[in-house]
Amino acid sequence: MKFVSEYRDPKAAEQLAAAIRQEVTRPWTVMEICGGQTHTIVKSGLEDLLPKEITLVHGPGCPVCVTPIELIDKAVAIAKRPDTVFCSFGDMLRVPGSSKSLFDVKAEGADVRVVYSPLDALKLAKSNPEKQVVFFAVGFETTAPANAMAAWQADYEGIENFFLLVSHVLVPPAMEALLSSEHCVVQGFLAAGHVCTIMGVDEYVPIAEKFKVPIVVTGFEPLDLLEGIYMTVCQLERGRHELENQYTRAVRREGNRPAQERIAEVFEISSRQWRGLGEIPASGLQLRARFQKYDANLRFPYSGEQARESPECISGLILQGIKKPYDCPVFALKCTPENPLGAPMVSSEGACAAYYHYGRRQNVQPELSSSASR
Amino acid sequence: MPAFSNAMLEQRHDGAVLPVNGSQLAFTTDSFVVRPLIFPGGNIGDLAVNGTVNDLAMCGARPLYLSAGFILEEGLDMDTLRTVVSSMQEAAAKAAVQLVTGDTKVVDKGKGDGIFLNTSGIGVIEANVKSVIGPASVELGDVVIVSGDLGRHGIAILSVREGLEFESPVLSDTDSVWPAVEALLNAKIEIHCLRDLTRGGLATTLNEIAADRSVCIKVHEAAIPVNEVVQGACEIFGLDPLYVANEGRFAVFVPAAQADAALDVMKKVPVSEGAVRVGIVEESPGRTVVLQSRIGGNRVVDMLSGEQLPRIC
Repeated sequence: MKFVSEYRDPKAAEQLAAAIRQEVTRPWTVMEICGGQTHTIVKSGLEDLLPKEITLVHGPGCPVCVTPIELIDKAVAIAKRPDTVFCSFGDMLRVPGSSKSLFDVKAEGADVRVVYSPLDALKLAKSNPEKQVVFFAVGFETTAPANAMAAWQADYEGIENFFLLVSHVLVPPAMEALLSSEHCVVQGFLAAGHVCTIMGVDEYVPIAEKFKVPIVVTGFEPLDLLEGIYMTVCQLERGRHELENQYTRAVRREGNRPAQERIAEVFEISSRQWRGLGEIPASGLQLRARFQKYDANLRFPYSGEQARESPECISGLILQGIKKPYDCPVFALKCTPENPLGAPMVSSEGACAAYYHYGRRQNVQPELSSSASR
Repeated sequence: MPAFSNAMLEQRHDGAVLPVNGSQLAFTTDSFVVRPLIFPGGNIGDLAVNGTVNDLAMCGARPLYLSAGFILEEGLDMDTLRTVVSSMQEAAAKAAVQLVTGDTKVVDKGKGDGIFLNTSGIGVIEANVKSVIGPASVELGDVVIVSGDLGRHGIAILSVREGLEFESPVLSDTDSVWPAVEALLNAKIEIHCLRDLTRGGLATTLNEIAADRSVCIKVHEAAIPVNEVVQGACEIFGLDPLYVANEGRFAVFVPAAQADAALDVMKKVPVSEGAVRVGIVEESPGRTVVLQSRIGGNRVVDMLSGEQLPRIC
């Protein structure tokens, strides 16, 4: 398949893997930021190709994983309201709140729908004027333009029964927070290609400089990741710490300017809670005053139960790359995709779910492959 | 289901094989709920006939007789019903089965989804078929063959539900696979197991058999046939074609020595002309399906928990 199969070519993969092996002289820990990248790494068994010196740790770039439990509780409460249609991307539905998920309330009769775009939710609002239609606007910079567009379009068309429950987060502040932690193990980053497609690459230059860490903007196919790892390792071995762009077929230095302008028109920077990481200043987006009439937070005030995280879940350590999923005592035993204790076990982009589904359960199946037991 | 536990059910196959007066009959039932009722390449009618015909075929049985039970929602468009019924008749004729008994009930508007359809079927295992076809006969070293490209039915349904348009439309693969099974039996291929790749797709089927026999089934991603448009749709939605439903595809387990002969036979039958060898049965790690990815890494192909959910980005 064009634009896909050429990035999964076994010969090219082996060549890149050989180049990495040749370059490496000592252990390095590299974090891929984005859950989509984690998914590809585990799904393609990419770690089998890497020398044992390279440890990949999986970053916080999974919107499902970092959406705070309070917000899930709020979403569940809104979805239960009469005359309400609650719309969400599919993989938010199974995320457990303090006591229920959106799937649970859907089964109890709430009108919860999976949509592929916030504009589909807006369409639902237009065709159901007697209902309140709420869209769960989660995600990183990648989904922000479409969500901004939905609010902008609602305003333009004067639609009054459409609302966004916003939980937008930004990558660079999270990277800074990780790097500032005294427990930080990350020596190089694969930055999230799709985020940079929107935002460009310039905001990563000061991070690479300040923390003396190589950052390589990387795509999502197996060859993209191998090449991104190769470029990172080359920098590490040579003591360089620069911003480089592996994903040149999609990412321009300046990013997508019209998308950035739309985001800036609708949203402003705000402080955000990250599930597992806590509050990070200036790490999220909220609706500007002009668009606050679409803010589900204001429209549906919520004073529900005190949010409760499972005390056994170590997702915070996993999202920082300090622990691997199989280091968790409840992983694959008490915590499974059917019964997740924390969000990284829910989304297919979450590190725990990816490890679970694709068999990286060191404590359960050590014999599967050599790299799983290291 | 522990409540219904009995020896026939413990065969854990697509249908039950029953000894009756010296012959072996296969008996199966399936209920069909699908939205939309009419989709590219078929409708709930041919789906219901082919589904039950195929469950019988997976027992190695020649499908003979079907029953049909309709639950119709009040206010159903009569043209839709006519389309569905005429497709059932065509599918039955094509599969050489007779619809010999039926029932219709009507429920109040809002209590159904247009049409719910149940079909049951009876088939006969021909006297010359001596071996038992089913998971219990799967052996180490068996080769796994799939009968054609995967994922068409699931993506055809999804494309209508989501209003997707492709340059070339994806049609459901709904079809009777009995002609392919019959050809294999006629060619005296030693069939160990047959499974249709319906809900949950190839991944679920292989996992069930791996768990049943405590074996490892190793498959090669590069060998698994997926149509380019289906692959594209899966990429867009973040779905894995290994888990997408098929309605006219099956997997067959045969001894390695007979794999080439089986492939030759299958390729001559239209419904299985796309047959390919995708994997092999090994000893360990037991109860596991392992996939070698295109780039040469290994991963486990797990059972799906719940539905596949589209990803955010």
